Amino acid sequence: QNVGCRTLSLSAHVGFDSLPDQLLRKSIKHGFCFNILCVGETGIGKSALMSSLFNTNFEDSPSTHFLSSVRLRAQTCELQESNVLLKLTVVKTVGFGDQVNKVDTYQPIVDYIDAQFEAYLEEELKVIRSLFSYHDTRIHVCLYFISPTGRSLKTIDLLTLRSLDSKVNIIPVIGKADSISKAELQEFKKKIMSELVSNGIRIYQFPTDDETVSEINTITNGYLPFAVVGSMEKVKIGNKMVRARQYPWGIVKVENESHCDTIKLRRMLCTNMEDLKEKTHAYYELYRRCRLEKLGCRDIGPENKPVSLQEVIEAKRLEFCLEMERKEEEIKQRFLQRVNEKAAMLEEAEQQASMPILTKYARLMLMDQEEELKLEEKKKLLEDEIAQFIEKKAITVSIQSQVSVSTPVVSLK
Amino acid sequence: PHAGPVESKNEAAMSELVPEPRQKPVVPMKPMGINTSLLGYIGIDTIIEQMRKKTMKTGFDFNVMVVGQSGLGKSTLVNTLFKSQVSRKSSGWNREEKIPKTVEIKAIVHVIEEGGVKMKLTVIDTPGFGDQINNENCWEPIEKYINEQYEKFLKEEVNIARKKRIPDTRVHCCLYFISPTGHSLRPLDLEFMKHLSKVVNIIPVIAKADTMTLEEKTEFKQRVRKELEVNGIEFYPQKEFDEDLEDKTENDKIRQESMPFAVVGSDKEYQVNGKRVLGRKTPWGIIEVENLNHCEFALLRDFVIRTHLQDLKEVTHNIHYETYRAKRLNGNGGLPPMTVETEENHESNL
Repeated sequence: QNVGCRTLSLSAHVGFDSLPDQLLRKSIKHGFCFNILCVGETGIGKSALMSSLFNTNFEDSPSTHFLSSVRLRAQTCELQESNVLLKLTVVKTVGFGDQVNKVDTYQPIVDYIDAQFEAYLEEELKVIRSLFSYHDTRIHVCLYFISPTGRSLKTIDLLTLRSLDSKVNIIPVIGKADSISKAELQEFKKKIMSELVSNGIRIYQFPTDDETVSEINTITNGYLPFAVVGSMEKVKIGNKMVRARQYPWGIVKVENESHCDTIKLRRMLCTNMEDLKEKTHAYYELYRRCRLEKLGCRDIGPENKPVSLQEVIEAKRLEFCLEMERKEEEIKQRFLQRVNEKAAMLEEAEQQASMPILTKYARLMLMDQEEELKLEEKKKLLEDEIAQFIEKKAITVSIQSQVSVSTPVVSLK
Repeated sequence: PHAGPVESKNEAAMSELVPEPRQKPVVPMKPMGINTSLLGYIGIDTIIEQMRKKTMKTGFDFNVMVVGQSGLGKSTLVNTLFKSQVSRKSSGWNREEKIPKTVEIKAIVHVIEEGGVKMKLTVIDTPGFGDQINNENCWEPIEKYINEQYEKFLKEEVNIARKKRIPDTRVHCCLYFISPTGHSLRPLDLEFMKHLSKVVNIIPVIAKADTMTLEEKTEFKQRVRKELEVNGIEFYPQKEFDEDLEDKTENDKIRQESMPFAVVGSDKEYQVNGKRVLGRKTPWGIIEVENLNHCEFALLRDFVIRTHLQDLKEVTHNIHYETYRAKRLNGNGGLPPMTVETEENHESNL
């Protein structure tokens, strides 16, 4: 029913060249978001660099070197420039490289990145979803801080980078670069890049396919890794307050390109945000694919017919529901059982607890009753005796009176 | 609850510590709420240029469907809108074709470019609609076609290995042509719009508006608007999808005053006052298509193409498509099971 595509020329102005503007207007209204992950040792200058890059205070309490494992800490802030509103999230590692045993120090970082992909995937798979208002937390770029030793990459650097390079865009930077001299720096950079290449670690390359930016991007690619200096403080130079580090021998100006590469990094980050986000989405697609395949979903079924993901998800959902029902039943049964057990226990305890009191009371009562009975008996006996005595007395009195009346007084000799 | 050392929170920077690794290390993010006006220029606003470049490179898709009885000037109007021969009739189909016995769906794809912006335009014609003696359910093939496009998109979206850019054949806009009877809407019009306004953006258009005087036009439009409201038909732009106050005021004006647009189409040019204009020549004068005093074509063109084109696509994608998807994933929810022929000619059941 579809006829092949025809290319037509317009006879007059139609007006759909305003489409990009329409799209942009909506995007601006919606706002933009960008998420950066900073991986580096404690004290290497992550917070200082972030504060310098975005002219915002990203400081937090200096962390101790004694954390048992690596954690991640996120901070979000909103930045505005002309009509662009950017929700910037900076995630920093805490305690990276501090442990004595560094096996698996990178695992929390990998887990964090995966968790953001997972959250997005979950939203995507929901039946009723709202993707267009979803706050995207996927990491768009990872700044990896290399220690300014001047020698080469450390093993932990290589291990970490290797585990991250298939999940996120990596831009390597040399932290606290003002401690290396210019000459050493060139050598250091070369060494690092060759080590990265020889270890097969993929880092983010600024795109060179668009003619307008290819030249500047190629040049910038040559500056990697960026030797950065950051500063929380501002120093008064002339009549301006400038971000800088003041030493007895001079002032290192953060925003001076001959002092360090911080400005280059900032420029490159900002002008390639869209590309970074696109590449992040490609990493996400890879994650999604692996994840769904692990769940047992296939695009092509056993008879080479396309299998619907929906069917598999339905089947899994049914399976899950049945499992849940079974578990629920099991728990219910166990609960009932425990309730009965407990009830029996309580009854028994009650009986035992109440027994002595009852018996004592009963016994006392019995005793009292017995006593009462006995007393009653005694009373009765006494009463009987009294009755008998009265009778006897009565008889005696009557006999005496009879005797005294009928016979003269005979003196008994 | 996390085990491990609890860190003191610094007053100035609110940050959240992620719980022990190996658990799901999800970070709850509290925006610091600082809306800093940056003292030094950072360069964030370059993102606009980046986006513009990206969209110019990838180009745009736009799919418009025209529905109405034959003879209402659908083809001519579409040609006038896109200033080129985009209609089915002009694409080599036989002009003398008989009216089909059932509603057919015919889609033609064009690529047009303007100002560096490339657009892949698909015009979907529906010959046979409303032309039979018994027109019961003649909207069904149309609804089926629209749902088929949603289905195609869903299938691709749900694939494990999916394309970077999913080809979009979904109908973004349906122009419904109302006969200029001057009285009211026909039962067929109401039936169609009632069914289809829930699955696609409908823009009602009064065709061949040159048969009405200005007063007749205004009255007719009022009556049509009233009837649509009474029947609960939400045409595009739908009230419930206005994003903010700005949109609402702009769209209210369009909904309550301009729509439905009373249009005249023409692909012939005439000389008027020294200018060449598109128009229709009659013994009593030349009707200028793009003259706002003569008809509302220019309003329709600006509305659909120059201001709301992107929004038409977004409402289709974010709302109509999502509604379809939700229904589908909730166990078919009333929809018949689909068999869709894909390009590779696989048959699959979702």
